[in-house]
Amino acid sequence: MSKYLVKRILLAILSVFIICLITFFAMNAVPGGPFNSEKATSEAVRAVLMERFNLDKPVWQQFLIYMRNLLHGDFGISLKTGRDISSTLWSCFKVSAFIGGIAAFFAVIIGVILGAIAALFRNKWPDRVIIFFTTLFTAMPSFVFATLLLLVFCIQLRVLPVWNPSDPNYTLPVIALAAYPTAYVTRLTKTSMLDSLGQDYIRTARSKGVSTIKVIFKHALRNALIPVITYVGPMLAYILTGSLVVENIFSIGGLGKQFVQSITNRDYPLIMATTIFLAIIMVLMNLLSDILYKVVDPRIKLD
Amino acid sequence: MEIPKKNALSLQIDVSKFEKATDEEKRQQDVMSESTTFFRDGMRKLMKNPLAVGSLIVLILVILTIIIAPVVVPYSYSDIIKVNGRRDKTAKNLSAFEYSKNEQKYMDKTGEKLFPHIMGTDSQCRDYFIRVVEGTKISLVVGLFASILVLIIGVIYGSISGYLGGRVDLVMMRIVDIIYSLPDMLIIILLSVVLNETMAGSQNPIIQTLGTNMVSIFVVFGLLYWVGMARLVRGEILKIKNNEYILAAKAVGAGSGRIIRTHIIPNCISVIIITTALQIPSAIFTESFLSFVGMGVKAPMPSLGSLANAAREGLQSYPMQLVFPAVTIVLIVLAFNLLGDGLRDAFDPKLRR
Repeated sequence: MSKYLVKRILLAILSVFIICLITFFAMNAVPGGPFNSEKATSEAVRAVLMERFNLDKPVWQQFLIYMRNLLHGDFGISLKTGRDISSTLWSCFKVSAFIGGIAAFFAVIIGVILGAIAALFRNKWPDRVIIFFTTLFTAMPSFVFATLLLLVFCIQLRVLPVWNPSDPNYTLPVIALAAYPTAYVTRLTKTSMLDSLGQDYIRTARSKGVSTIKVIFKHALRNALIPVITYVGPMLAYILTGSLVVENIFSIGGLGKQFVQSITNRDYPLIMATTIFLAIIMVLMNLLSDILYKVVDPRIKLD
Repeated sequence: MEIPKKNALSLQIDVSKFEKATDEEKRQQDVMSESTTFFRDGMRKLMKNPLAVGSLIVLILVILTIIIAPVVVPYSYSDIIKVNGRRDKTAKNLSAFEYSKNEQKYMDKTGEKLFPHIMGTDSQCRDYFIRVVEGTKISLVVGLFASILVLIIGVIYGSISGYLGGRVDLVMMRIVDIIYSLPDMLIIILLSVVLNETMAGSQNPIIQTLGTNMVSIFVVFGLLYWVGMARLVRGEILKIKNNEYILAAKAVGAGSGRIIRTHIIPNCISVIIITTALQIPSAIFTESFLSFVGMGVKAPMPSLGSLANAAREGLQSYPMQLVFPAVTIVLIVLAFNLLGDGLRDAFDPKLRR
């Protein structure tokens, strides 16, 4: 176990480092310096600015300085607003994490319930209805679904308000974010539930006279949940990237909106910081779900 | 004639009590099915799956529309509608099958019937149907080429790693592990931004026609998306490599090239085809996502994602402009997903009952 843990954590650290490396050198490859757009900068002022931001040093030294600052939690300053990026990121992250967290929570709960129902009623109408909708939702990009939600509920029916920062209503963004993961979890649960329902230990439990409810919840569902755990990491990654679109459609001031805005503004330090921040979260989530998987299922060999 | 039993309790059979089977009765015992090839058997199974057949029909219809529509419809996806050779500025945001004032006037005057705008027009007076068709074409082409790119790189990398094994395999798979753990969407967006800036002034004809975003989508697919395919192919090859028939082939002196060509590739081709079929919708997803964020195809060129994005501005007044490309995306992705599932059920021997 400890050997696996060490290996997995080292891999995660390496991935984060590579992401930082790619991001930094990618941003450096963009032609033109950050102060080119300033019109009235004299040579002297520019030299001072370059020195102030360490831009006069060779690239590898800049990278080391950037990494050192990063480890101290310092992401630098936004070119557009001049504000400290760390605090902007943090306040945006809170919004995104809140919406994403609710979406992930509902996706897992509803997905598992629907998946279990589909498996128990295999080839009967509940199964068919559930599978029809999950197939549809896995084929629908989040932006299509989110815009359709906005169109139907805010514009046509007017039952829900369009986003209002002072009185936030998270219903539609959460639904939009949770749709795909819910469908995926449902399918996953259904397959693994069918698998575990066919196992010998279920038959043994039944033949020993254990009640159906107990068989379903204690024996079948518990074992069927293991593959769902492996999906938690990718699901959170999906929700984070999905937030890029959903937050823009509903104009919520989260990380996703921040990221797209920084791209349209060509605000390189902010793009860099957001990428690295999101990447670290995703790598951490993957690490967590991998470890959890091994902890939960003792049958998995630890190599 | 009864043969006397040697022993009273003997089970010896009395042959005379049996009669010979007639030819017809013999034929009834013949339950051997017609001999069939792997491919034909798979196709038969595929054709029995109504969802897969339906998807195939949908895809064929979509492709036929893409080929036929530009020939039949007299409008172009990038130009304003012209009436009698003059630009028609009144044809803005028409709804489906509606004619603009100028067109109506022209038709009343000459009695000639103009080609209808099947999906109306967009905010820049362009026929929307032909734009959706063109967008579908571009999305499909992107999906197809990205999948082929993934196929080539993934298969080559995976087969080298799986076939050589040992330390080479270890190192190659570590590289795959690292790439696998990178968040692909972020890297795509990042590289798109960078490549956009660096290639902006390029005179390269490929970049000029495709646009920098498109090129960066392919670059990213080539860099990141092949890992899944590589892992799969490696796993298959590891499994096949240890079979007895490979050992037998080696024993009679077959070279590596021959073993790969005649034994390994035919055995993992089904997995490769299925994965490629499922890769196409994921590439279409990625492209439409990027277009929607505003990093997709170059301006007059439409893709389904960029059409949906453009429709967002007039969402309140012209919701149909969103609905058409959205439904098309869902339809195509659904068809590819169902077809991929059908292919897997038909061709993957592991799932056979």
